[in-house]
Amino acid sequence: MKKLKYALFTGCTAKQSTPEQMMSTMAVAEKLGIELIELTEASCCGASHLQDYDDFLSLVLNARNIAYAEKHGLTMVTICNTCQLNTAMTKHRLDNNAELKAKVNEKLAEIGLEYKGTSKITHFLYAIIDDIGLDKIKEMVVTPLSQFNIAPFYGCHNIRPSELQNESHDKAESPYNPTSLDDLIIACGGQNVDYDEKNKCCGFHAELQAPKTAATLTGNAIAGAMDGNADWMVTPCPLCHLKLDTQTHHASKAIGREVALPVLHMQQMLGLALGCDQNALGMKHHLTKVNFV
Amino acid sequence: MSTNKITTQKVNFKVFRFNADEDYLPYYEDYAMDVTSEEVVLDILNRIKWDHDGSFSYRRSCRHGICGACAIKVNGRSTLACKESMTDMIELWGDEMTIEPLSIKRAVKDMIIDKGDFWEKHDAVKPFVVDEIDETPETENLLSPAEADALDDADLCIQCGACHYACPVVEVNEEFMGPAAFAAAYRFEADVRDGDKSRLIDVNQMGSGVWDCVKCYECAQVCPKEVNPIEKIGKLHNMLFQQGKAESNVATRHAVGFEKSIKKNGVLDEGGLVLYSEMAGIVKHVPVALKMFSKGKITPPWSITKSKNLDEIQKLVKSSTTAKF
Ligand code: SF4
Ligand code: SF4
Ligand code: SF4
Ligand code: FES
Repeated sequence: MKKLKYALFTGCTAKQSTPEQMMSTMAVAEKLGIELIELTEASCCGASHLQDYDDFLSLVLNARNIAYAEKHGLTMVTICNTCQLNTAMTKHRLDNNAELKAKVNEKLAEIGLEYKGTSKITHFLYAIIDDIGLDKIKEMVVTPLSQFNIAPFYGCHNIRPSELQNESHDKAESPYNPTSLDDLIIACGGQNVDYDEKNKCCGFHAELQAPKTAATLTGNAIAGAMDGNADWMVTPCPLCHLKLDTQTHHASKAIGREVALPVLHMQQMLGLALGCDQNALGMKHHLTKVNFV
Repeated sequence: MSTNKITTQKVNFKVFRFNADEDYLPYYEDYAMDVTSEEVVLDILNRIKWDHDGSFSYRRSCRHGICGACAIKVNGRSTLACKESMTDMIELWGDEMTIEPLSIKRAVKDMIIDKGDFWEKHDAVKPFVVDEIDETPETENLLSPAEADALDDADLCIQCGACHYACPVVEVNEEFMGPAAFAAAYRFEADVRDGDKSRLIDVNQMGSGVWDCVKCYECAQVCPKEVNPIEKIGKLHNMLFQQGKAESNVATRHAVGFEKSIKKNGVLDEGGLVLYSEMAGIVKHVPVALKMFSKGKITPPWSITKSKNLDEIQKLVKSSTTAKF
């Protein structure tokens, strides 16, 4: 197989609040023989909040990030759902509106860059499924996770709005009945848990202004997974991870029931199955301990 | 659309039944039916009523996706019954489907709900053009195509409520105005003929305001008219900043904080952002922050790796900012 090579847009969270996600991304990439060129020039994607303040500025900054991936001539891979949404949304809007693209490029010209629209942008989860394939993953598994019931938590910004999301990967994903993460769990040998909240919101983006609402949504999600007899939850989004792993106290209070589960990043789950060294997956950075033997 | 070959398939429907006047609790009735590929969900509702139980109740009028009366939920997903093809439903869900009203807690009779909260919130945003006009104007009051474009399809809303009852924030916080009301507020704020001075500020203060949306995109996903309410909520946020009407609160500081942080580091200073947004409110985050710190999840400002070529980012922030705070 030709060696896969991507431009990695890490986003801010993987470098700060979820260092384990960055570690496990690199460990898994190495196991899978993927080369990741980190876009160290990239700025924050705005996380949909800069967009609330200044939409045009956020377009310009995201276009700059994408332009760096284009310079490498590589597909941009994201490891955060919200980064995926904001960069792919920028791409979609610029590719479909010549006037807007020209306006943005006028700004980029000031720093000697141009947004062309030549790089694909996809989340690492879909890059793995599309470019490596689940069959290949299955073959590579050395430690099947057969003793674990694993609840997939998809995260809104990878599945909605589906019209946009489905531009980024080969197999269409239904926002109502998504399967990619379930498929990955099965490929790793785990038991996938079906529950109502798997495609619902964790509440992250209103955590500061609407703490009670956000905590209730987080609580409902963990409770749903627990009622489905999950041993772990797994998510492709570090923001969902922060909510589900670090906010259990508030979540439990909001829904009046003690909730907590070990929450794995998609990369950590894959890393365990592929036999990566556990220390390299950063499990010690979790608030809820991950019981893996 | 499939080819003209009509196929038939057996589907088991679990249908929500409830009569607020007689039943203490709702129950589900099972109907196994042969469904043809040409049918829409409304055909199934009709057949339940005509062939099985004449008391089965639901709303419908235009059967053309115009009146907004027939929105219900199939397997938890809001949908317009008269527009939703059974072929698509079978492809998505297979041969087991649960049919429920848009909101179970508001059920009155079977599919019929009390939509009062939806209409109250819709009314509250003044969903009409406010203007002093002559009773007998000399000319028509027209919109140019460009001015009509600015409404950005917000005027296509048929008030079906699909988004409102799919919104997780409406579900857990009855105060929240909801996606349709906000989309309506945008529709009239963006209309050049509108002269209302207070709608934007009012909308921002009603209920829990315009900032409590969790950005889940459920509303954009379910809307049968592609109104994209979350996008309109974003535009209301932008308008508040552009017109200098955004008051300083935790949500607006959170949005502005991104710009400040990007200017300084290119990347986000996550801890610094929470501090800037919350100000004195930061104390409530301390217990979790301490736990996170002990697990190596907090990066102090001096250890943040700034973006390479930060000067480019700073230049762009300067040249491309359009908002005010
Ligand atoms: S689930 Fe929550 S954190 Fe994850 S992408 Fe959606 S809104 Fe953001
Ligand atoms: S995006 Fe916002 S308004 Fe739309 S459904 Fe989600 S929380 Fe509600
Ligand atoms: S915005 Fe769309 S889903 Fe919401 S009420 Fe209007 S037409 Fe229905
Ligand atoms: S019956 Fe009018 S919209 Fe469906």
